[in-house]
Amino acid sequence: MMNDKEIIASRIALELSDGDLVNLGIGIPTLVADYVPKEKKVTFQAENGIIGLGPLTEEDTNIVNAGGMKASIQKGGAFIDSLTSFTFIRGGHIDITVLGALEVDQEGSIASWIIPGKKVPGMGGAMDLVTGAKKVIIALTHTNKGQSKIMKKCSLPLTAAHQANLIVTEMAVLSVENDGLHLLEVHPGYTIDDVVKATDADLIINKVERMKGV
Amino acid sequence: MKDFIKKDKFIRILKDEMVVLVGGFLTNGTPETLVDLMVESGVKNLTVICNDGGFTDKGVGKLIVNNQVKKLIASHIGTNPYVGQLMQENRIEVELVPQGTLAERIRAYGAGLGGVLTPTGLDTIVEVGKQIIEVQGKKYLLEEALGADLALIGGAVADKYGNLKYIETMRNFNPVMATAAEVVVVEPYKIIEEINPEDVITPFPFVDYILVGENDE
Repeated sequence: MMNDKEIIASRIALELSDGDLVNLGIGIPTLVADYVPKEKKVTFQAENGIIGLGPLTEEDTNIVNAGGMKASIQKGGAFIDSLTSFTFIRGGHIDITVLGALEVDQEGSIASWIIPGKKVPGMGGAMDLVTGAKKVIIALTHTNKGQSKIMKKCSLPLTAAHQANLIVTEMAVLSVENDGLHLLEVHPGYTIDDVVKATDADLIINKVERMKGV
Repeated sequence: MKDFIKKDKFIRILKDEMVVLVGGFLTNGTPETLVDLMVESGVKNLTVICNDGGFTDKGVGKLIVNNQVKKLIASHIGTNPYVGQLMQENRIEVELVPQGTLAERIRAYGAGLGGVLTPTGLDTIVEVGKQIIEVQGKKYLLEEALGADLALIGGAVADKYGNLKYIETMRNFNPVMATAAEVVVVEPYKIIEEINPEDVITPFPFVDYILVGENDE
């Protein structure tokens, strides 16, 4: 049995295609790399300065990932400075970014960097990533203590407006389109009704499939 | 490059109220000895510009814990809980800047530009107080150039001419910061005879001083 985070990560891995340059955020998004089949040639970028990020390692190097953890670089990779890294990110050269969020809404707006009065970690590279990447996938658990994180309108300060394309939770896969938020897939452990009840946002429900990859 | 210096000369450069760029990403590539010497000097009311707030015992976090910083400009402060504590007590001013915007603002200063136009931060609290400029039908925030009195550069291999290249991911903000300060001081990992000109990342005219050990010649 996969836990919630594993379900989310394995489903998102299916979105990555051969040849994609992908930036994974910290938390659930980092797990996505574990579910990409070896035959798929996906290159990961780390915002601190790696094209071709490899797995975590215990080796004695000065290579770290964007979470500051000791990591490795893949053959054919490159170390880059912050300017080049954010030229990739801001200039539309990243095919997919996968990021966590506190809230996301039916208009594709994302809140991920501040809970006023409680927690102010800062936005790091998240604002640049969601604004500059070609496709933005939000990875998050569907609810927090019973409260939906998929909202009609985000209540927390935004990371960016109208930038999320796909939302993947342990319950469902949702797509942000011009006419609203479409429910595409539901995990076999839940019914459509379960998802509707757990979701604050208005859902457009046409053809709903069983969640792939789980 | 002006000179190879020892710690006494570096400490004499330091003044209260200085604006200081410090290289590194979560302290990977931060010149820890230079930061330690700033702590030792006791200079205060500093404005520190760094990717993040470091850790309580590492990177610029050491200056913050020693209450030498009046303002921190960074993209992320979550790894140093002391920053949040000082913020709540109104004992430090923190300006949070999206990481790419931070890098580009520093680049703009180093390249003699007034600022950059970017969509990052539009429709968020980052846009508060900033000009929104429309170019070719798209909206951008005007983010102003950001420079400093002093830049502390780490993660580098230097040669005897003052050229630098960088080790692994320690490059990060170091090359851009070396372009944007009145005085640029490098703490190298090692000093070699000559870096192949094709491999130089920071050419020697950007560098003012290179720190050497007490026993070095």
